[in-house]
Amino acid sequence: MLLQIILSGLVVGSIYALMGLAMGIIYKASEVPNFAQGEMAMITTYIAFVIISVHGYAFWVAFAGSIIFAFLLGAFFEFVFIRRAKEPNVLSLIIITLGFQMVLYGIAGWKFGSDQRRLRMPFSDTETYRFGDIVISELGLATIAVAIILMLIIWWFLSNTRLGVAMKATQQNKMAARINGIPTDKILSISFGISAVVGAIAGLFVAPVSTLDPNMMWDPLMKGFAAAVLGGFTNLPGIVIGGYLLGVIENLYGYYISVEFKSVVALLVIVLVLWLRPSGLFSKHYSKKV
Amino acid sequence: MSMKRDYYEDVEFLNGKPTKLWFVVFLAVLVSFPFWASSYYVYVASLIGVNIMVILGLNILVGNTGQISLGHAGFVAIGAYTLVLLQSSGVPFPIALIFAGVVAAVFGFILGMPALRLEGPYLAIATLAFGLAIEVIIGRMSFFGGHMGLRVGAPDFYFFKILSETGLYFLILFIVLLAGIFARNIIRGKTGRAFQAIRDSAVAASAMGVNIARYKTMSFAVSAFYAGIAGGLWAVLMGFINPGQFNFVLSIQYLAMVVVGGLGTIFGSVLGAITITLLMLQAESIQLIPIIGPLFEAFSEQFMTRSGMPNITWVLTGLALMLIVIFEPLGLYGLWIRCKIYWKTWPF
Repeated sequence: MLLQIILSGLVVGSIYALMGLAMGIIYKASEVPNFAQGEMAMITTYIAFVIISVHGYAFWVAFAGSIIFAFLLGAFFEFVFIRRAKEPNVLSLIIITLGFQMVLYGIAGWKFGSDQRRLRMPFSDTETYRFGDIVISELGLATIAVAIILMLIIWWFLSNTRLGVAMKATQQNKMAARINGIPTDKILSISFGISAVVGAIAGLFVAPVSTLDPNMMWDPLMKGFAAAVLGGFTNLPGIVIGGYLLGVIENLYGYYISVEFKSVVALLVIVLVLWLRPSGLFSKHYSKKV
Repeated sequence: MSMKRDYYEDVEFLNGKPTKLWFVVFLAVLVSFPFWASSYYVYVASLIGVNIMVILGLNILVGNTGQISLGHAGFVAIGAYTLVLLQSSGVPFPIALIFAGVVAAVFGFILGMPALRLEGPYLAIATLAFGLAIEVIIGRMSFFGGHMGLRVGAPDFYFFKILSETGLYFLILFIVLLAGIFARNIIRGKTGRAFQAIRDSAVAASAMGVNIARYKTMSFAVSAFYAGIAGGLWAVLMGFINPGQFNFVLSIQYLAMVVVGGLGTIFGSVLGAITITLLMLQAESIQLIPIIGPLFEAFSEQFMTRSGMPNITWVLTGLALMLIVIFEPLGLYGLWIRCKIYWKTWPF
């Protein structure tokens, strides 16, 4: 039973890890926690829904289409809003992302109403596989697999491609990167795009579990944010570990202690971790120097 | 947005005779309002008053001290529930209201302590976690009436009860005016200067002898006190509270009011609270606005859905937030000052 609970924790954890990763990529690039991440994923999932259910294309077409849309949306957000902020500080950037989140939420509600819809996926929620004692649904297996593949791709991309290395350089020191001929503004846009793609894939796998409505990404966003804080915002592998840890802790708590406060336990963990280590578990705490 | 001190911030609240005259006119309008407006608008004015109360406090925290709070609805909830529970056990209204503020302030102080070590996104998530946790905990405990909520009695002053909408309006008006003067004194005094020093540079402030720990927690506590009182007033105004009212969306709305109005100014708090409250109330009947209403309606039928029209307010508020941060960091207050300066020297 314990293994079963841990496994279902890992399934949820992959979603949290992806959302956290998406926020982490943006945070590393521009020091802003992107509160619009959830709504960007939600809109993208709606695009997939429209491609499948209204226009009748196959899932894979919708998948590709929504990923392209997500990339453009993320880059658009950076190019049109984030970049225009005068003398940006953390507070004003957070407020811009909150504003963008409101706009996307409003547009989704305006266009699709608050009806709950179903996104048809090729993976079924009810068909299960059995490994010894533990059971996992096809969708759960697909979620874990896709999350891990995506993480490996990101890791490979950041360490082995020219663009990835340029992104890392921009994250580490913008000024030095620019002096070395890296177009940092373009790199920022691309970072936002990539992060939106990661978030969108998480959204596609959330939609069949819950339902497709404008509120669907609230909870994953909060938990993804929590995972990112748990692992330390600046440490991408830390965020992934944080996501899986959070999923497992949440499920264990829900099973052994009480289901009632399951949704709060993540927040409690955050407050405790922040109390002990103000920059998360896996990243160094820098105190500001003058 | 720029937090630097500049000429705009030096402009005083009541300088010169015309300003004093306008202030008296403004007060007269406020006092006579219930006698010539319909009862719905008296209710709307009371609601705006409650929101102004929250924003005065939140602005001290966000605008003056430069901290962020995404969980202010939690403090409002604490204030509301404290007042209702005390009042239903027979405590007179004024004492219950003060307790509502004090209990919220204690929670603010507690939340302020981890905030000493946190900044940026970490502070945002900590306050957000606080707000969500309060909502969930209140919703799950039968002591607080659970999800069904609690009924609120009329404000009981021991000798008399306020039963009419007009009475409630005057009660809220009186408390908000008092709170406004109090906030102004805090901001202009030693404490306010310490807050602003922390906002502009915590390191420099502490080098100059500002006790960071003390003033940061104090800022949280003061702002929570305001939110608690506002929560109490909101509870009596609504006559009914349930945990669903105090959600994350409300916290974001409060933040929107602060930013739209203008960070760190009292006049800005008032402007922001009025604008966003009216915008949100208009959400249900957006097609009734002259000229723009039918346009929106036609557009919705062509491209969107009619049933989703209330969501237009979200789009507008979000756009306003982003544009204000990008183009006019001081918000509506900044616009007002700009107009004033332009007309002062007109036509030169």
